[in-house]
Amino acid sequence: MTQQPNSFRNQPDERGHFGQFGGRYVAETLMPLILDLEREYRAAKADPAFKAQFDDLLAHYVGRPSPLYFAERLTAQLGGPEIWFKREELNHTGAHKINNCIGQILLAIRMGKTRIIAETGAGQHGVATATVCARFGIPCVIYMGAVDVARQQPNVFRMRLLGAEVIPVESGAKTLKDAMNEALRDWVANVHDTFYIIGTAAGPHPYPELVRDFQSVIGTEARAQMLARTGALPDLLIAAVGGGSNAIGLFHPFLDDPDVAMIGVEAAGHGIETGQHAASLTGGFPGILHGNKTYLLQDEDGQITEAHSISAGLDYPGIGPEHSWLHESGRVKYLPITDQEALDAFQLCSQLEGIIPALESAHALAALPKVAKGYRADQRILVNVSGRGDKDIFTVAEHLGVKL
Amino acid sequence: MTRLSSAFAKGHPALVTFITAGDGDTAANLDALVEGGADVIELGMPFTDPMADGPAIQAANLRSFDQGTTTQDVLTIAREFRQRHPEVPLVLMGYANPMIRRGPDWFAEQCRASGVDGVICVDIAPEEDQELGPALRGAGVDLIRLATPTTDAARLPAVLDGSSGFLYYVSVAGITGKQQAALDSIEGNVARIKRSTDLPVAVGFGVRSPEQAAAIARVADGVVVGSALVELVGEHGDQAPPHVLALTRALAQAVHSAERQPA
Repeated sequence: MTQQPNSFRNQPDERGHFGQFGGRYVAETLMPLILDLEREYRAAKADPAFKAQFDDLLAHYVGRPSPLYFAERLTAQLGGPEIWFKREELNHTGAHKINNCIGQILLAIRMGKTRIIAETGAGQHGVATATVCARFGIPCVIYMGAVDVARQQPNVFRMRLLGAEVIPVESGAKTLKDAMNEALRDWVANVHDTFYIIGTAAGPHPYPELVRDFQSVIGTEARAQMLARTGALPDLLIAAVGGGSNAIGLFHPFLDDPDVAMIGVEAAGHGIETGQHAASLTGGFPGILHGNKTYLLQDEDGQITEAHSISAGLDYPGIGPEHSWLHESGRVKYLPITDQEALDAFQLCSQLEGIIPALESAHALAALPKVAKGYRADQRILVNVSGRGDKDIFTVAEHLGVKL
Repeated sequence: MTRLSSAFAKGHPALVTFITAGDGDTAANLDALVEGGADVIELGMPFTDPMADGPAIQAANLRSFDQGTTTQDVLTIAREFRQRHPEVPLVLMGYANPMIRRGPDWFAEQCRASGVDGVICVDIAPEEDQELGPALRGAGVDLIRLATPTTDAARLPAVLDGSSGFLYYVSVAGITGKQQAALDSIEGNVARIKRSTDLPVAVGFGVRSPEQAAAIARVADGVVVGSALVELVGEHGDQAPPHVLALTRALAQAVHSAERQPA
C-alpha cells in the first residue's frame, strides 16, 4: 500500500501518471497527436463557452440531471441500510456512455477533426458515438470484434441506422481488445483528420483524465442530490468497473470525503478460480496495453489473456489506470461478482423496482447483499445504475433457458 | 565499434531485415537472411496485441503462438543465432508488455547475455523512457527509437535523447506492411533527421521490392524490410528458407549497390 496522499482528486500528474499507472505508451506516430489533444483539452477546460455547450447538450439532448431514486422495496428486502440509485440508465441512448461522447465530439470539432473512429464491445459506446456523430453530422467508423458483431446484432443495426460504418474486426480473439487494436491502427494511419473517441477512462493520457472529467457529472449531481434529499452524503458508493468510466465518474467528486466508502465491482465471470473472468485487479498484474500502464489479465510472459464476462461491457482484460491507483492506495475497494450473482441481481432489481438494469449495472447491484449487512438502517448506499438492460434480455433469456 | 555501428560503416547502405521469432523454422530463416546479405537482423517478439502491425505481421504472431512460442524461446533463438553468427547484429523488436513483465533489469540482462545488440520497443515513447531505457543502457544494449512523419522539429530532440545504435525512420504514418511513402518525403525527412544526429538512419514500413529498397537506399543509411519476408514464411512455412534467401539476396544487391546521394 502506497502512502496516503493529501488529496485523491489531484491526479494525474503533468505526465499523465496516477502513481505508477497511466502514462502515454503509444507508437511515436501518435505522440504528437496526443500531446496536441492534451493542449486542446486544457484550453477547452478553461473556456466557459466549451463548458456552456457541454452543459446545454447534457441538459437538453441527454436529459440531465439523471434522477436520484430511493429503492424502497430493495431496501426492505435487504433489511438494512437505505439503497439509492443514480439513474444513468435514463439518459439518452440508455447509459452513461453518452456523457463522455458529448464531451469528446465537442473536442473533436474544436480540433478541426472531420472523421470519428471508436471501438465498441457490446455496442453501447458505439451507439453513443454514432449518436453524437449523427447529431453533429460527422462521419464515423466503429470497430467491433466479429464475435461481438454476431452476438449484438440489434446494436449493430442501431449504429448503422444512425449512419455509422461498422467494421467487424477479424483479428486476434475478435472481441473488444481487438477492436481497440484495430481502432489504433486506423488512427495511426489517419492522424491528420481523425479523432478517436475512446469509450472508457483508459488509453493514453489525457484520455483517462478527460473521460473521467466528462463522466464526473454523475458524481457531482449525485453529491448535490443526496445532500438535498437526505441532508447527508451517502455512506457507500457502488459501481461496476469494466474500463471504469461510470465508476470513476461517480467516485471522483467524493474521493476527498473521508466518510464515503467506495466499492468498484469487477466481473468475476465463472469465478476467479476458473481463470474465466474479467477481474483485472483481483486476478491480474500491472502491465502496459493500449497506451497505459494498469492492471491487466496476462500470462507470465506478458501476453494478454482473454477476459470473460456475461456482460459484454465488462469483458475487457484491463481497467482504467486511476482505478489501479485507487486500488493500490486503498481508497476504493474492489469486489469480484460472478455471472450468476449478476443474473440474480438483474432479476431481483427488475422484480422489486420495475427497473431492468444493464448486466454491467447488475454486477454493482449484486454487491448489495454482500456488503449491506455492514451498514445500519440509518445509513445509505448509492448504487450507480449505469445503463438499462433492454440490450441484455436475449443474453439473460438464454442463461435462464428461455427461448425468445 | 559495436556490431551495429560496424554494420552501418561498410561503405554501402545497410539492409535491415525483420522476421517474427517462432514463426516457421526461425533459425533456418535467420541463416538465410545472413547468407542473403542482410546487414542487421530484427527478430520480432510475438505479442497478442500488435497494434502497430498490419495483417502480415499480425498473422506471423498468431502462427508463432500456435507453435507455443514463449519469451524464453525468443531468447534461445537469439542466443543460438549469436553462436552461429558472432558478427551479425541482432535486434529484438516488439511491444512493451512482454519486455517489462519480469522487470526491465531482467529483460536487459537477458538481452545482453543472449548477444542481442539492440531493442526496438514500439509502444514506449521517450516520455516513458524510465520503463526500459535505463536498464538497457545499463546493460550496454542499444535502445533504438522510431521517428515518424509526425515527429516534428520540436519533438525530434526528445526522440534522439537516449537513442543509440541507429534511428528507425517510419516512412509513413500507419502500420507495417501496407502503404508506401513518396520518395521525396522520405528524402526530406531523413535529411532533416540527419542534421540533428550522427546516428545512422534506417527507413522502414511499406518497403517490399528490391526497386523500392534501392530507391530508399540512395537517400538513407539503411532500408528495413519486414512484411514481405514474413509473408514468405506464411506462404511457405517450414519450406520458406530458400525463398527468404532469394528475396534477401535481391534486396541486398539492390541496397548495397545503390548510389548514395550526398546528404
